[in-house]
Amino acid sequence: MGVNYSVLGLIFASMHDSAVVELTKQRTMGSILFGGRYRLIDFPLSNMVNSGAVEVGVITKSNYGSLLDHLGSGREWDLSRKKGGLHLLPPYSQVGGIYRGRLEALNNIWSFVEHSNAKYVIMSDCDIVTTIDFNPVLKQHIESGADITAIYSKSKYNSEKNQLTNILELDQTGRVKDVLVDPQFSGECNMCLDMFVISKDFLKKIVTEAASRNQHSFIRDVLQAKKDEYAIYGYEHKGYFTKIDSIQSFYEANLALLNTENRNALFRKDLPIYTKIGDNGPVKYGLESNIKNSLIADGCIIEGTVENSILFRGVKVGKDTVVRNSVLLQGTQVGNKCSVTSIITDKNVKITNEKVLTGSETYPLYIGKNAHI
Amino acid sequence: MYIKKKCVAMLLAGGQGSRLYALTRDMAKPAVPYGGKYRIIDFPLSNCTNSGIDTVGVLTQYQPLVLNEYIGSGQPWDLDKMHGGVHVLPPYQTAMGASWYEGTANAIYQNMSFIERYNPDYVIILGGDHIYKMDYSKMVDFHIANNADLTIAVQEVSLEEATRLGIMTCDKDFKVVDFTEKPKEPKSTLASMGIYVFSWDKLKKYLIENENANTGSKDFGKDIIPSMLENQERLFAYSFDGYWKDVGTLDSLWEANMDLLSPSVPLDLYDPNWKVYSRNSNMPPQYIGSNANIENSMISEGSSIDGTVDFSVIFSGVTIEKGATVNYSIVMPGSVIKAGAVVEYAIIGEDCVIESDAKIGTSPENIENRDEWGIAVVGHNVTVSKGKFVEPKQIIADNI
Repeated sequence: MGVNYSVLGLIFASMHDSAVVELTKQRTMGSILFGGRYRLIDFPLSNMVNSGAVEVGVITKSNYGSLLDHLGSGREWDLSRKKGGLHLLPPYSQVGGIYRGRLEALNNIWSFVEHSNAKYVIMSDCDIVTTIDFNPVLKQHIESGADITAIYSKSKYNSEKNQLTNILELDQTGRVKDVLVDPQFSGECNMCLDMFVISKDFLKKIVTEAASRNQHSFIRDVLQAKKDEYAIYGYEHKGYFTKIDSIQSFYEANLALLNTENRNALFRKDLPIYTKIGDNGPVKYGLESNIKNSLIADGCIIEGTVENSILFRGVKVGKDTVVRNSVLLQGTQVGNKCSVTSIITDKNVKITNEKVLTGSETYPLYIGKNAHI
Repeated sequence: MYIKKKCVAMLLAGGQGSRLYALTRDMAKPAVPYGGKYRIIDFPLSNCTNSGIDTVGVLTQYQPLVLNEYIGSGQPWDLDKMHGGVHVLPPYQTAMGASWYEGTANAIYQNMSFIERYNPDYVIILGGDHIYKMDYSKMVDFHIANNADLTIAVQEVSLEEATRLGIMTCDKDFKVVDFTEKPKEPKSTLASMGIYVFSWDKLKKYLIENENANTGSKDFGKDIIPSMLENQERLFAYSFDGYWKDVGTLDSLWEANMDLLSPSVPLDLYDPNWKVYSRNSNMPPQYIGSNANIENSMISEGSSIDGTVDFSVIFSGVTIEKGATVNYSIVMPGSVIKAGAVVEYAIIGEDCVIESDAKIGTSPENIENRDEWGIAVVGHNVTVSKGKFVEPKQIIADNI
């Protein structure tokens, strides 16, 4: 990968949990399932590893049981290491209570960062699904002499649909002139992907200063408040990305994988996305199965018709059943003679024979974990 | 410091598997892909770990590169252990000189020091050429209950198969009274599965005697078992009635894959209590396109299918383009079947390219003389050019 400087990755696994309350009821943002066999944290974690980071800290908040189970020792991301490796950083705090923002979280875990030999830190949340090589970002960061480099993509923004979005206004040199949070407009913008490159020393300075002023928001108290004082530059990521900020966008982001171009941009041979191994058998298609335009993970057993859908590991679809435009999470079982359209089923949902369930493409029907219908 | 183990497994994985021809030109038979996402060795290794046997020696000799790399630390099978775990055991040089493994018994003889380190009570000998799910711990219990010196796993086979296997006769208590390796006229149809549980002290004794006798064959079936019978040791037959299929020939490898598509074959790859483990290829889920037409098939992750697939087993990372047809066939990892190509009753090796309008194999219904029909085989890394025809029974090892 050609890095001659050491890099520490920091992932905020629980930012924006409130955006997708349906899915974060029993898990945290980073452990939301995505794309048939992944969880959202697989993307920032794999990106960091593929970019040469050998040490990654995952900052959790609450509801992190599923996340711990998923990450284990970090072996699947090649992060089960004697030097560096994966570190889970639960929300311990010197002052008690759970942290309020990135800066407070960083202050709480600072001794971990301090111990790292890394010169640079890459920070990322888990709500953006993208495949990115951070090496060019680091290169630009070093060459431009920036204090902070914020990664953004040119994207369509709609205040009616998007939430928790930070938009960068840049000057001609790429320096950040202003940061807008959830502004009221629609159109093209520089959408911040909430991924930042910063030197460890500079991060220490802002975390220490923020702590002494009881400030906790990286966006408000640093990016917005210090935009003139600090050299904050943007880095444009031109690759495919999608932001999970509602159950609707979760649905659309999954179905967007049916587009071959999107799939090829996300699942690159040179930058693979790693995940926990399930040890499932191959997909078994029955005598009367009929599959069109669908993404299907291992361990599924399909006897019926599936169209325009995403089936996670171990989903069963019975005989004479039709599944359309749906996202069926791990272990969902759909019985015989069912008709299922535009629905999202959470893990281990069981739909018994001869049921008809219909959502709308603009408002998919969500069925909660372990529900029995 | 070694901790004593009750049971150590030794897996004989050094054979060439010459009857798989092009498929084993560059890899040992146990490394040959099977069942969509497995290699043959996944079955005995998963059996070991599911049976609670955590110390396994894998004896390699012929073309070991793929196999060694695949086994690695043994982690996919949970066999990367502080004490025990999986160990690859190639032939080695000593102060007395160097020698290849000469026969099955000699291979174990040369690794007696490996077994000795764990001071086991029992040693289980396994092969790497069968597909089956078996709880070895039950066989060990049977061995202990009978106070046996050697227990041989057995299964009823057809009279025709009996001539190719070790055949035995038992009394009513399953005590073996007669054993013949590959008999011309079998006295029974009770066949050895090549799975042996030995009491370690007895095995050691007979291995040393056999080595000193220098029979030339140094083989379990030809030497060790007959001499144990002759000396009236306690040999017992352990009857196994589950699915057990030889994959040592091209036909049987094809059949064993097709068996996975039959609802009447009792080999469940989806049992959460007895998973078959394999090294994962880290690929996204499979994508089935709008022009695809899939029936009664098994397809693995990372594949992209937009053609017709019927009664076939498709491994990971395979591309089947729009307008391509694959029927009653096996397509191994990474291969590409281009538009207009037709693959029928065939085995396509790893990383092959079947160019457009090529034709591999034919349905037996299209052949007048059934003797001329057989599975067509394309070896690993082979490109079949546009419009070429690979005939039934033909085996292609190089580009055409």
